[in-house]
Amino acid sequence: MTPSNPPADSAPESPARGTLRGAPSRHARRWKERGILSLLNSAALFSVFITLAILWVLGAETSNFFAQDEVSVGEFFGTAQWNPLLGAEKHFGIWSLVCGTFLVAGVALLVAVPLGLVTAIYLSEYAHPRVRAILKPSLEVLAGIPTVVYGFFALTLITPALKTFSEGFGSFNALAAGIAVGILILPIITSLSEDALRAVPQSLRDGAFGLGATRFDTSFKVVFPAALSGITSAVLLAAARAIGETMIVALAAGSTPKVTMDVRDEIQTMTGFMVQMALGDVSNYGVEYYSMYAVAAMLFVLTLAFTLVGSWIRKRYREVYD
Amino acid sequence: METTLVQESKPPKEKAKPVSALGMIAVDAAERRTPADEFADPSFEVQQLDFFYGDNQALTQVDMAIPRGEVTALIGPSGCGKSTFLRTLNRMNDLVAETRVEGKVLLDGQDIYHRQVDVVELRRRVGMVFQRPNPFPISIYENIAYGPRLQGKVSKADMDALVERCLHGAALWDEVKDRLHTSALGLSGGQQQRLCIARALANEPEVLLLDEPASALDPKATARIEDLIGQLRGDYTIVIVTHNMQQAARVSDHTGFFYKGRLVECTPTAQMFTRPEHQETEDYLTGRFG
Ligand SMILES: Nc1ncnc2c1ncn2[C@@H]1O[C@H](COP(=O)(O)OP(=O)(O)O)[C@@H](O)[C@H]1O
Ligand SMILES: [Mg+2]
Repeated sequence: MTPSNPPADSAPESPARGTLRGAPSRHARRWKERGILSLLNSAALFSVFITLAILWVLGAETSNFFAQDEVSVGEFFGTAQWNPLLGAEKHFGIWSLVCGTFLVAGVALLVAVPLGLVTAIYLSEYAHPRVRAILKPSLEVLAGIPTVVYGFFALTLITPALKTFSEGFGSFNALAAGIAVGILILPIITSLSEDALRAVPQSLRDGAFGLGATRFDTSFKVVFPAALSGITSAVLLAAARAIGETMIVALAAGSTPKVTMDVRDEIQTMTGFMVQMALGDVSNYGVEYYSMYAVAAMLFVLTLAFTLVGSWIRKRYREVYD
Repeated sequence: METTLVQESKPPKEKAKPVSALGMIAVDAAERRTPADEFADPSFEVQQLDFFYGDNQALTQVDMAIPRGEVTALIGPSGCGKSTFLRTLNRMNDLVAETRVEGKVLLDGQDIYHRQVDVVELRRRVGMVFQRPNPFPISIYENIAYGPRLQGKVSKADMDALVERCLHGAALWDEVKDRLHTSALGLSGGQQQRLCIARALANEPEVLLLDEPASALDPKATARIEDLIGQLRGDYTIVIVTHNMQQAARVSDHTGFFYKGRLVECTPTAQMFTRPEHQETEDYLTGRFG
């Protein structure tokens, strides 16, 4: 396992050192080392095993879904009508659910990215240490609120408020859910971006100030670009969180899958559909039951793609400071 | 120079003291204290300067004149206030919370701590190079363009010429002329430090402050920086903090010895190293402490 280890045992030992290291204790120590190592190895293997098991179940049930008579891969990826429950009129076109997911996540990012980045820059570059000491923990409190509370918040506060602006808003709509998800991911973006900004070496700020840059110049033209890879990964992580968010959209976005860009409409997200299936009384082996796994697999692929793109960007654009 | 440190220069009052070319009321010659008199035309005059980090006094009653167009070295044991002093000259210490300055720092006769002084303009005129090379993580070209762009739009042709001139000025052009648009972080430490000098030159400063500019470099890169300081001498007033007494002896015309926040003495370099006036200086130079 560890060929780089120095071959301590084979090294010739002087008699004087030999008396210092009694053979039995050395033996015991080696066994202890080995025990700890195998414990750590099996812990790591266990998490790999769990991941593989989940993937296997996901893959098996998804292929079960596509094996059903009513279903075809072409329909699933090629159409946008999602109607798994309507007797003879069943349709399984994933894109309306994907569209609903991205509509909500898009609104959430539009809310959270500007607000989160400005807050992060303020906290990292402008705020007095005492202000930061108060603000940052309060943002983290925001992250600790159960998402069901955000869901109710969207349903009972945001939606009624939106309705006063426009008659067009449904009782369930994408905008209210999106705003609530945006508030949910705000602490992620703020906190991770602030970490990225603060990781920028002070020497870069000194360099900019020393050239006559104002604090604004320094923050936006030096520190922010230097932290961009970290900020991008923060945003992508938050996006993955928004795509996977379940409770808020199940409560506030509705359950009508459709392809629309109108945020006033009732929609359904992939996660929203899965909740509906898991809670509703569908038979455990019907096509609609298996469709849940196909949607889950799609969701998995999408979030995985976000994560991979995020880490690629982080590697590709990371600046190395010594 | 047409630039002024003052954001809005007030019209001179009646019976006012003479107004300097920079728009501020010049300090009466009689008010000036003695150290300045040694030099006909000092760049900086520092008078009774005290500096505090919170309650901790880092500089005490520093009086010093820095001659124009020459190289002044600041030496002294670590923690004696050399960097702090250097950073009072372009007000970089303003960025450290809870600091306090007392006394006067005059640049060309103007008090740079006057409340009307534009700090941004001050830092353009008094460039600074730091202990560790700190190029921005952008291209070599953009590093040099950064300072001038802060001041306003510069045409592409002018900028190209300026970049080339500054890189020549910092003795770096030949090494980087084929990769101006690659990341500055790809340069060696010594090249990065010369790039930082080039970047400072792009602002067309009068003064260059160098805080141990070679302490993170190998001997060869150090020698190049020292050569460069020799080349810049005359065109710029240079103040260099150094840990290395031989370096001070090699590059400087005047040397100031700091000890425990006080300027013990400031004399021509040759004199300092042969006939120091104070016992503390001699002890330091002969390696009895530090
Ligand atoms: N940012 C700071 N905050 C508080 N004290 C500082 C700070 N920088 C320096 N000091 C203190 O001021 C004194 C002088 O430091 P410095 O000017 O860096 O010395 P030198 O450059 O001669 O080594 C030291 O006692 C140091 O601890
Ligand atoms: Mg120092």
